[in-house]
Amino acid sequence: MYGKGLRPLSIATVAALVVSLSLVFFYAPLDADQGFIQKIFYLHVPLAITALIGFVIGGVFAILHLRSGDSRWDAYSYVSIHMSVIFGVAVLITGSIWAKASWGHWWVWDEPTLVSFLIVFLMYATYYPFRYAIEDRERQARYASVFAITTGAFVPLNFIAVRMAQSLVHPRVFATTNGGLPGSMMLTFLVSLLAMGLLWVTLVKFELTAKSASGQIKRLRRALDAPPSGSTPRVAPEVS
Amino acid sequence: MTAEAGPPATPVVPSTVAFRAILGKDLRAELRTLQSLPAMALFAVTTFVIFRFGLDRTSLSGDLAAGVLWATLLFAAILGINRLFVAEREEGGFDAIRLAPIDRTALFAAKAAALLAYLVVLELVVVPVFAIFFLDSAAALAPLALVLLLADLGLAATGTLISSMAVNSRARDLLAPLVLLPLAVPLSIAATGAIEPLLALGGPGYHRFGTWLAVLGLYDLVFLLVGYAVFDFLLED
Repeated sequence: MYGKGLRPLSIATVAALVVSLSLVFFYAPLDADQGFIQKIFYLHVPLAITALIGFVIGGVFAILHLRSGDSRWDAYSYVSIHMSVIFGVAVLITGSIWAKASWGHWWVWDEPTLVSFLIVFLMYATYYPFRYAIEDRERQARYASVFAITTGAFVPLNFIAVRMAQSLVHPRVFATTNGGLPGSMMLTFLVSLLAMGLLWVTLVKFELTAKSASGQIKRLRRALDAPPSGSTPRVAPEVS
Repeated sequence: MTAEAGPPATPVVPSTVAFRAILGKDLRAELRTLQSLPAMALFAVTTFVIFRFGLDRTSLSGDLAAGVLWATLLFAAILGINRLFVAEREEGGFDAIRLAPIDRTALFAAKAAALLAYLVVLELVVVPVFAIFFLDSAAALAPLALVLLLADLGLAATGTLISSMAVNSRARDLLAPLVLLPLAVPLSIAATGAIEPLLALGGPGYHRFGTWLAVLGLYDLVFLLVGYAVFDFLLED
């Protein structure tokens, strides 16, 4: 049931990625300061924004799960966080490459956004051992939701604390008024952001579809194996 | 207090009574068994000795002093946090709380208060030892107490929340530190940020002291509210 609309969504995602990449390489001007390497900005920043929003969305789904008790929301929350963690790995790698190219080091401790993101990533990386250490299905879902809500509150706090711990030495891309970006770069950036957001939604939908399909197969297999005891076969509720 | 819509109107015990009963039980149990606090204090003092040789310093000040003190207190706190709900789990305290006609958040509040008490007692013992070992003067101890108290409050909130979940998992001793350490990073940034100028050479300074206290207060407020909001769901079964 999650498969509905997956095909047009995938096509839209591919189209948006193609458009954004062509804008990045053929339309956006070269950065006067950093040259070609600055183009990684159109990959790195949209990835980071999408990942962070994904973490927040995971927290919102967790609230819905606790309020309604519907395990579907837990699956949504899990897949959102899962996908954002994967995006987070890409953010750290692209950020590291960018840092090496423009500041000469693979890692820079006085860039608050980078450090904040690392801490947020480490926090969410503990979601997996935490979740899978709890055996009971229902309790696992509830605890995972509490985790997602707690970390959702943690993300902004962490950004505040890290930002305050740093003297702001590096200029921020959006720091100046009017965005500080020329129009052509801004347009390219927004299209890239849209493409990355679409990619995230598509991948989440794919994962949910795959999860629900394997859940259905499991249920059918169990129903087939069950002895024909006349009445309806007892099927354990599964995260669908 | 939200009485769950049960058929008979069971007499609901006021939250304050439940809070005092649970907190009293915890403190009495700790006083009689001395399971957590001596271990935490011993751990902290030994860690100071390890830092003495690890850093090869006989006196500390500024950022180094703040880092050593905070890291030691945080790790010692984790020892206590790991054990916070062990009695509830092993002796069936969770079931008793579930059966009792009380607001479940009273358990959260009482456990957080108990943890706060442990941390305060720990610091009353360990911080003077730290001062004797490494500091030149005791001038900074009063403002330091304020910073540590605010930090303890935040640690009590997150520690209680995480510990109550970790104790019901397969990997309980592993899980609490694993999840709690990243969660405590903002707290650590603010606490060490405030402590660093306090322990600076040549008398305590108050560079951005108010800002850091505000961050600590914000952290405490947010996680106390989160704990209050979600703790109900952790006891359902």
